[in-house]
Parts: sequence; C-alpha cells; structure tokens
Amino acid sequence: MQGAIQFELNGEPVVVEGLSPTTTLLNYLRDTRRLVGTKEGCAEGDCGACTVVVVERGGPQGPGFRAVNSCLLLLPLCHGKQVFTVEALRDSDYHPVQHALVAALGSQCGYCTPGVIMSMFEACYRTDLDAGWKLDDQMCGNLCRCTGYRPIRDATTQIAGTRPPGRFLKVLSSTGPTPQALDYRHQQQRFSVPTSFTELFDVLRECPDARLVCGATDLGLDVTKKHVTFASLVSLHGLPELAKLEVRDNHLLIGATVNLADLEDVCTTTCPPLARMLRFFGARQIKNRATIGGNLCNASPIGDLAPVLLALGARVVARSHRGERVIPIAEFFVGYRQTALEPGEILARVDCPLPPKNARVGAYKVSRRRELDISAVAAGMYVELDDAGLVSCARIGFGGMAATPARAANVEAALIGQPWTAETCTRASQAVTTDFQPIDDHRSSAWFRRKVAQNLVAGFYADTLDSPQPNLPDRPVSTLLHAGGQP
Amino acid sequence: MTVKPSPSPLHQPGPHESGYRHASGEARYVDDLPMLPGTLVCTIFTSPIARGKISSLDVSRARTSPGVAAVLTAAELPGSNRIGPIFHDEPLLAEAQLDYVGQPIALVVGESYAACRAAAAQIEFECEAHKPILNIAEAIAAESFHGEPHTIARGDVEQALAGAAHVLEGQFESGAQDHFYLETQAALALPLEDGNFHVYASTQHPSEVQHMVAEILGIGQQRVVCEVPRMGGGFGGKESQATGVAVLAAVAAQTTGRPVKVWLNREQDMLITGNRHPFATRYRAGFDEDGRFVALDIEIFSDGGFSSDLSLPVLDRALFHLDNAYYLPNLRFVGRACKTNLASNTAFRGFGGPQGMLATEVILDRLSEQLGRDPADLRALNFYGDAPRNRTPYGQEVRDNRLPRVFSELMATSEYRARRDAIATFNRNSVWRKRGIGFAPVKFGISFTKSVLNQAGALVLVYTDGSVQLNHGGTEMGQGLHTKMLAVCCHELGVVPEQVRVMQTATDKVPNTSATAASSGSDLNGQAVRQACATIRERLRPVAATMLGCDGQQIVFTQGMVRGNGRQLPFSEVVGQAYLEQVSLSATGYYRTPGIHYDHASGQGEPFYYFAYGAAVCEVEVDGATGEHRLLRVDILHDVGTSLVPTIDIGQVEGGFVQGVGWLTCEQMVNDSKGRPLTLGPSTYKVPAIGDVPVDMHVKLLERAPQAGVIHGSKAVGEPPFMLAIGVVHALRHAIHGFGGRVVELAIPATPEAILRAVEHQKTGALPG
Repeated sequence: MQGAIQFELNGEPVVVEGLSPTTTLLNYLRDTRRLVGTKEGCAEGDCGACTVVVVERGGPQGPGFRAVNSCLLLLPLCHGKQVFTVEALRDSDYHPVQHALVAALGSQCGYCTPGVIMSMFEACYRTDLDAGWKLDDQMCGNLCRCTGYRPIRDATTQIAGTRPPGRFLKVLSSTGPTPQALDYRHQQQRFSVPTSFTELFDVLRECPDARLVCGATDLGLDVTKKHVTFASLVSLHGLPELAKLEVRDNHLLIGATVNLADLEDVCTTTCPPLARMLRFFGARQIKNRATIGGNLCNASPIGDLAPVLLALGARVVARSHRGERVIPIAEFFVGYRQTALEPGEILARVDCPLPPKNARVGAYKVSRRRELDISAVAAGMYVELDDAGLVSCARIGFGGMAATPARAANVEAALIGQPWTAETCTRASQAVTTDFQPIDDHRSSAWFRRKVAQNLVAGFYADTLDSPQPNLPDRPVSTLLHAGGQP
Repeated sequence: MTVKPSPSPLHQPGPHESGYRHASGEARYVDDLPMLPGTLVCTIFTSPIARGKISSLDVSRARTSPGVAAVLTAAELPGSNRIGPIFHDEPLLAEAQLDYVGQPIALVVGESYAACRAAAAQIEFECEAHKPILNIAEAIAAESFHGEPHTIARGDVEQALAGAAHVLEGQFESGAQDHFYLETQAALALPLEDGNFHVYASTQHPSEVQHMVAEILGIGQQRVVCEVPRMGGGFGGKESQATGVAVLAAVAAQTTGRPVKVWLNREQDMLITGNRHPFATRYRAGFDEDGRFVALDIEIFSDGGFSSDLSLPVLDRALFHLDNAYYLPNLRFVGRACKTNLASNTAFRGFGGPQGMLATEVILDRLSEQLGRDPADLRALNFYGDAPRNRTPYGQEVRDNRLPRVFSELMATSEYRARRDAIATFNRNSVWRKRGIGFAPVKFGISFTKSVLNQAGALVLVYTDGSVQLNHGGTEMGQGLHTKMLAVCCHELGVVPEQVRVMQTATDKVPNTSATAASSGSDLNGQAVRQACATIRERLRPVAATMLGCDGQQIVFTQGMVRGNGRQLPFSEVVGQAYLEQVSLSATGYYRTPGIHYDHASGQGEPFYYFAYGAAVCEVEVDGATGEHRLLRVDILHDVGTSLVPTIDIGQVEGGFVQGVGWLTCEQMVNDSKGRPLTLGPSTYKVPAIGDVPVDMHVKLLERAPQAGVIHGSKAVGEPPFMLAIGVVHALRHAIHGFGGRVVELAIPATPEAILRAVEHQKTGALPG
C-alpha cells in the first residue's frame, strides 16, 4: 500500500503528503497549487464554478473526461486518477471550447466561466450528446447569473461531440495509471483506498468507526459546510467488483459504486423508469461522481432512487467478511437516515428486476426547479394486471413524504383487485392522506406534498395509457413555431 | 448578425473585452490575487438572533487561539463604527443592540480559515432575545419605518373612483431575491508606508469604499486607494454592501499591520448581506367602460431590513414606476419603507422599479380576467399618448414614446394573436396541462433619481508608442462597460482595440465617482471618455496637420492611422512627434447629465433624462397536477437606441430577462419563525438553470432608434430588460385562468406550490391551506 496520494494534474504527476485527507481538490488547487482559475461559488456542488474534469475509463461509452465538482472531491479520491483544470486547455492556441464560448459571448462577469468551460470540455469529447435535452443536462450544473444561458447553449451545441484531434484525445486513447491501494495518514486522520475485499474488511475491523465514501457528493458537504474532520475514511473506488453493472436473468445488477451517469446511460435502454428518475436526479457533475450505494446508504427521505427501486421491487445485497445477504429494499430503510446494514457490512450491489413489458411503471420527481434540485416529492409506481384486467400487483413508493422513503400501503391496497381505470387511480389517490403525514419545510408545505402525491397517483393511469413505461415527455414546443421554422 | 466594415469597433458586434481571460481562467478576481507573505484571512462572528441585546461578549480566549492575529469587536474600532451609503445608521460591528440574524459582531483575523473558525468557536457570547419584527405586516403594526412617507398625487382620486365603470381593490406582495453574484463579497487591504492603504475590493462603488475606509480608520481620503480588478457579478448587491466587507479588511490591516483578506463564503454572504426589497401593495383602481385607468390609489410598503441603506431611493423608484407605460389621470401614490429585523435590503437591478411596475401590471391582469378581455389590448389602450395623456405622475412629459411602435412590431413578429387563438384551442382539448401567453411592456426611467449622482470622470493616458491607458470611473461587473468604453475610446482616438488597455477602476485615477449603478455606466462614463479622448485628439490634430502638410480639418484619425492630404501616418508616429513638440498626452474628461431635478416634497420634477422602452411576449405551459411550468417561447423587442456594442446589449437583455424570471418564479428566500434564513446556498435557493430558458427565444434590438443627447445615440440597458420577465407572470396567469375562468390568485414567486394553489382556486373557488 502507498502512503502518499498520487495522481496526475494537468498531465504532470503529483504526490501529496502533509495535507489533511479531507482537503478538497478545490482548496488544493487554489491554495497549494495557486491554480486560481477554478472558482468556489458555493462549496456545495450546486453552482459548478469549481468544475474540473477527471478521466474515467470504465464507463459504458468508453474512456471520457468527466466534469466533477472539485469543491466536494476529497483529495485522496483523486488517487490514481488524471485530473485536468481550466489552466490545461490553452496550448499554443486556445482550445476550441474556449473559442466557441468567447465567440458566442458566453461570458459576462466570467466567474462561472472556467466551470462552464470544463463542462463544455466534457461535452466536446462525449459521443452521445445527440439531443437538445442532453446538452441541457450536460450544462445544468453550471449556474450563470449573467448571460441567461442562450449563448452558453449555442456554444455547447457547436462543440459537443467534435472531439478535436490532439493531446486530449491521446489521453483518452492511452491506458492511464494503474490503481494502487492507499493508506494515507495525516496527524489523527486516516484515509484508506483498499483494492481487495480482504483489505477492505481488514480496515473496517481495524477502524470500526470508519465512514465509507466513494463519490463524496454528500459526505463532502459535511467537510465543506460542517467542517467535520473525519478520523477515518475508507473509499470503495479501488474495488473493481463494486463498479460492475450488468444485466443478467432479467435483472439489472448494479454495483454499489456505479456512478449515476453510467447507470442512467445503461438504463435508458434497459430500464426506462430508472432512467427517467435519473434524468433529473442532479447535475452532470454530481451524477458523474454520485453512486447508487451512496444514495441508498444515506437513507435520506429525499433520496431520489429509493422510490423507483421500491416500486420495482429491488433487493439490496449486503456484504461483510462473513459473506453476502439479501435485503428487500422495502426493509432497507429502518429510520430517518438509518439502514438495515450491520456494523462491518457494506452495500455491495443492488439487484433490480426489470419490469415485464406490460407492467405499468412511472417515475416522478417534483421540485422547485426541474434541474439540479432536491425533491419536494418523488414517486415510483408499479402496477401489474391479471388476465381479467384487475390490478394484481401494486407497489407505490414515495420520497419526501415521511422520515424514510416508503411505500404507500393504503394506496396499494386501494388499487389491488380493482379494474385498471382512471377512477380507480383517483379513488386510490385519496389514501395518500392515510399513508403519510408529510411536513412543512423550506422546500414546500405539507399541503403541497400531499396534493402532488395524490395528483401523481390519480394521473398514473393517464400517464401510462399510451405506453406502459413512458419516458419523460419531450420538452413541449410553442403553440405556433416561430415564423423562422424550428426553434 | 453580419459584420460590416467600420472605422471603429463602435456600433459593431464584438466579443467581451475580457472574454478570453474569462474562458482561460486567467481573469483575476479579488480572491485570486497573489497573496503577499503574511496575508491574513478572516471569519465573521455573527448574531444568532434577530433582535435583542448582547449580555456578554468575551473574545479573550479567541485571541489566544493558535494562528489568530486579532479579534476585533466594536470596542476596538479606531474611528467611527458607523457605515451606510446615505444615513450612517449601520454599525460596522454590533454594539449592544442586535438587529438581525447574521449581523457581524466580531471579526476573527488569522493565518487560515480553520484557525479563524476554531477561534470563533472560543468566543464567549450571551444575548437576550427580544421579539423581532420579521415582515412588512408586523412592521406596519409596530409603526416601524425608515424615513418619512413619500407621496405623489394628481387629480381627485375619490371622485374618479366614484364615477368609475370598474373598480378593483386588493393587495399584492412580491418577494425577496438574493443577488447570487457568482463571486461572493471580497476585499483585500494592504497596509502601506506612512499610514496609507491600498484596498482591492469587489465593489460597484470604489469611491464609497475609499471614503468609508478613511472615515472608519480616522484618516484622510488621500491615504486610501480603492481598486477594483473586476467583479464576478454585482447586480446592485455590491453597490453599498461591498463597503462593510472592505472596511473590515482595512480595519484589520491597520490593527495587525499585515495584509488582510475578507472573503465571505456563500453561506455568510447570503446570511450577512441583504436582498431585493420585498414589497406589499394595497390598491384601489378605477377604469372607464373601455378599460382605461381613471384613477389609481396605491400604498406601497417595502421591507428595508434593519438599516436604511438604499431603501428610500429604492422606494422612490418603485413609486416612479407604478405607472409603468400607462397614463393615469388621477392618482395617489404613497410609499413607506419598513424597518424590520432582517438583513438590510439593498439595490438590485431595477432598484424598486420591478416591484412598483409588477403591482400595476397585476391590476391590469385582474381587470382583463374579470372582463374577459385580451390583456395586451387593455395595456395598449392605456399607453401614454398625446397631451394631456403624456404626463407621468411626477409631472415629467413622456417624450419620444416608442412603446406604440414596439407594440405593433412585436405583436406582428411574435404572432401573438394567432398564438392566443391556438392556445384557446389547446386548452379546450387538454385537461391536465394549460397554456398561456402574455405581453409585457416596459418603460423605465434613466438617471440616478438623486440628481447629483449623475456625473462621471475619465482619465486617458497616451504613451509615446501610440498605446493608450483608459481609466474611467465605472466598474466592470460583467455588464460589458469596459467593452463599450473601449469602443468609444477607439472611435474618438482612431486607434484599434489592441492599442488600448482598459485599466482596473481605481480611486487614484478618477476621484469622487458615483456607483456603477442605475444602468448609467455607459451614459455617464461614455461621455467622459469621449471628452478626454477628444481633448487629446484635438491636441494631436495640428501636429498631424504639419506632418502631413494639410489643414487640420482634413485630418482623420482612424484604425490606428492618421490620414490627410492623401497620405497616412501611424498614430504612434504622430504621438511621438507630439511628445517632441511638448504636447500633453493625457487628459481628463468629465460629464454631468443636464436638466434633471426632482422635488421630493411636492412629488414633482424631471428626475429622468429619458426613458428606455421594451416589450416581451412569453408563452408557458402549466402542469395542473404538480404546479410545474415550462417557458416555451420568448420574443423580446428592446430599445437601446443605437447600440454601442450590440452583442453586449443583447447579452444584457437576455441576462436581465432570465434574472427577472428567477425573481418571479423559482427564487424564494425563506426564513424561519425566528428570522433565521433557511435558504443560504444554491442547494436551497434556486436561481434559473439552463433548462429553464427556452430554446425558442428571439431577442431583437429596436432598429433605427437613435437617442438624442446620449453617447453616440445609445440608451441604457442594464436594468430595463429585467422587467420584461413580468411577461411570464402574465402568461402564467393566462394559463391558470384556463383551469377555471376565475380571476387568478397567483402568489409571487410563482413556484410550483404557488401555481398549484392558484390552480386549485380555479377549480374550487377557494385558496387551499
């Protein structure tokens, strides 16, 4: 095991010692390296001013640059990776993404611009940005307060997928560094990156209080907002087995550390309801880092994957040095931010049955802003009918309605055995009030949560009328297109 | 946009002057400046309560915490402890009294943020909480106000209301908005020899920083230079409220004798600094049979927060914009600024104008919903017209009214009427989703309403190689002022942009400047730059005439060359010769806006040099199940006169519009029942993201519309487009109306929750909850 953090920064090897392992990449760049092009706008992964790219080699689309929020990325999580910041782009000439943004007047005050540039940089080398909404998804994690985004959208459209030949394309075609185990210690803090389960469970035995981490999109907030100095952190990013994502026997087997961008990509064809939820799960930068394991183990009442997984009847596979055990997802959340995992046990995988073609499945998220926001209400709905057209199976999962993501037992009961009609859904929607007593908070009132939950149940019939597993509807277009033709 | 050959970058599409520096990460903001050895950083210890008294404050343990250089409280300040842009009614650091959650109490100065935080945790502090005043209603009940009421009146309102065919009464509220400049407040103060200070600040008002630093430190203004590298956004939030941050840095630098940086992280920035003023309005409006205003009786109340800051001028501008585009024969406007236990609300793009305008616009929506009339026609019917329908409430004549032209051009290009018909069909056939379309006109008065502020200066330095340093009193916050000033300078001197360096704004170059605010940056500084450049050019003219052997009047300065007599010389050669002939190669420029005045007591005057005009047509789709909506298409036609740099102006129009959409739809600041803000970052406070902006967006500048008496025929553009976003409210109301046909009860901001409530009201006739 290595005792120093090693990674590549802008093409140069970097060895880090003598810094706290909870130092963020952003602070390292700005304070230690004086690479001040990367900005802090919020330190909570919600504005994108700190965006840099990390090379990811394992994704379903092959090697790519991934935009990430450096404000939430703990330095040891860069171990074994290649990182590029805005300073790397200019060579003898500016990079095409820089030319495109300047020509479009995509910067005004310029403070969000380095982050915008790095998200555009990822877009430039992506091969799958073939629709307007995908470009918006790519860029929605970069807030700009000046331009109104039109020029940023224009510039991104222009460069997306162009993959100019040169040194950056060579980075993607090279093999990159080999992952090495890390045992980093600084004063009272320890950060481990095991590369085998043996190492992992040894570390967990040694440090029973260690916190597991991988994407750090949530744990990073404890560092930047609450200034928690974790004594012991163990990252799972060095365990290839946890990063596996495969379809087997009509099940989607999702390793705990599969990131949500990759999961969304695979689900688009294999499991549309899950893809639908992932679409508005978070910004590209967050989805590039956040993992399914982290989302479930947080057990947040507003974790967006849980309601859909509840509806799909997924199971969680827990693993410890004793072996594996299977927990139905409905039994996984045992209290506010508490899971059924036992000490020394990790979430290794999620087994999600793929819904039969004729099952009705919906996934809904309602928030103040469509992109990059936390749910007021999230829902996953699943209904199967018998030969007589009566509801034979109903699983209705909600987030934001209780202390944990939970199924709506009374709504389900009101559906079972009933004919599949709009009236049945409307009647069942009334049971939301007996299933949940939601709260008022700064996101919305209890009235709103209840009303939306009811409307979603009531509207489920109509929503699945044309297609039993609908994708998100396309962005609506104006009633009359502009005289010039297409928008 | 096609690029025509031109002798100068003026009136030509062009890039932002700092574009490549932004895109390469090379552009430096205050927090990016190289730190001299020994530079200290700070954390601010703030009030946990909205109102009360400090019972004990002991910072002695904090002072001995490792890595701490100083802990400053009100007791340690060398000069005054009073700041504030108009009335010095704000303590820099709280004394005995606590006035809002987040009020600075102590400044912890140390080697690192971690050291400062650890020390702040050692501060021993106890306080006694009193019942706070947390909103306008509570302030009115407690008669807690800033200043006196401001009244503007004309005619006999009661009589007109009595004879009106339609009378509407009601009340209406609009909410706070955080500036959410991407760069938070920051300042770096360097102590120099002989008790002098250099302060780098992210401020729209370097002169105020200079003056307040001098006052608080108890030294002469000549000892302080304030320099602004650039701002990562301002929007009014750095007009007055950057000053406190800079003064704290300077005090700490004086105390420790070391460079000190005060940088607020996002949470502290949102906690400590104020927002756009929330407003509450009570109104009675009377209309004739056709829907023309006969009377408007309005009381408006703003939430000023704990100190007066700019609340009174914000209130004035709100009153000046209650009329928006409409002639009001009889009127009574009364405005009051409420004093509450919240952060002091401040300037924000539009400066009260949007809040005033919105109230009247909603009244017109309600009338159209009640009468079943197309609100666009109702609006056009009420436009200012020929005498006597051309007098504003404050007596200024509306000259050169471009709104009728804007209206007819935009109605045609946006296909408003055909789309309104198509929407009616769509709505008849759709149960869960309804669409709406809205037309919003804007008339916005240009000038600081405090007339004395309408002045500006410039300093232009020409060097012997023909290169130029351009200084002017305006600050660059992204709005493109430097780009425009560069264009004016190139045009006047006949040089190319590569020859000119726009200098960072500094108080040792141009003194006693006004804030870069009120959309005035180009109007005021542009004239000063032109004058300074013209002075130098005219000094060079005889030199060139001799060199080229012709009459001075034949000399043309263009594109880095000086031409005459069929020959040309590089500008640099003429400059070199001028130096040898001992001709001065630097000059100042100065400008003041002529002819504007306003009498506060009578509510009459000519506060504006001219009006800017624009209009928007917006279309939305509302989801009646969730209250979510989508903005489908936007058409804007905006009047910037003859644009100095059209690409920059388009950016201001689009950006202002989208920021306005944020204020009206998704941005909501929430406090708890004790006045503690709950929305202190972008995770909880939602500004528009890229997906909120329609792909189908068509922004045009009004053509053939030069404005007489303004720099090169241009018009101010910073604020007016913000209010075009009110078109989204009109569209939302139209869509919501489709769910039930009742007069719409839509709260602002129109969040999904507000819209869902309004939809429920349409369906049931009662507002839920």
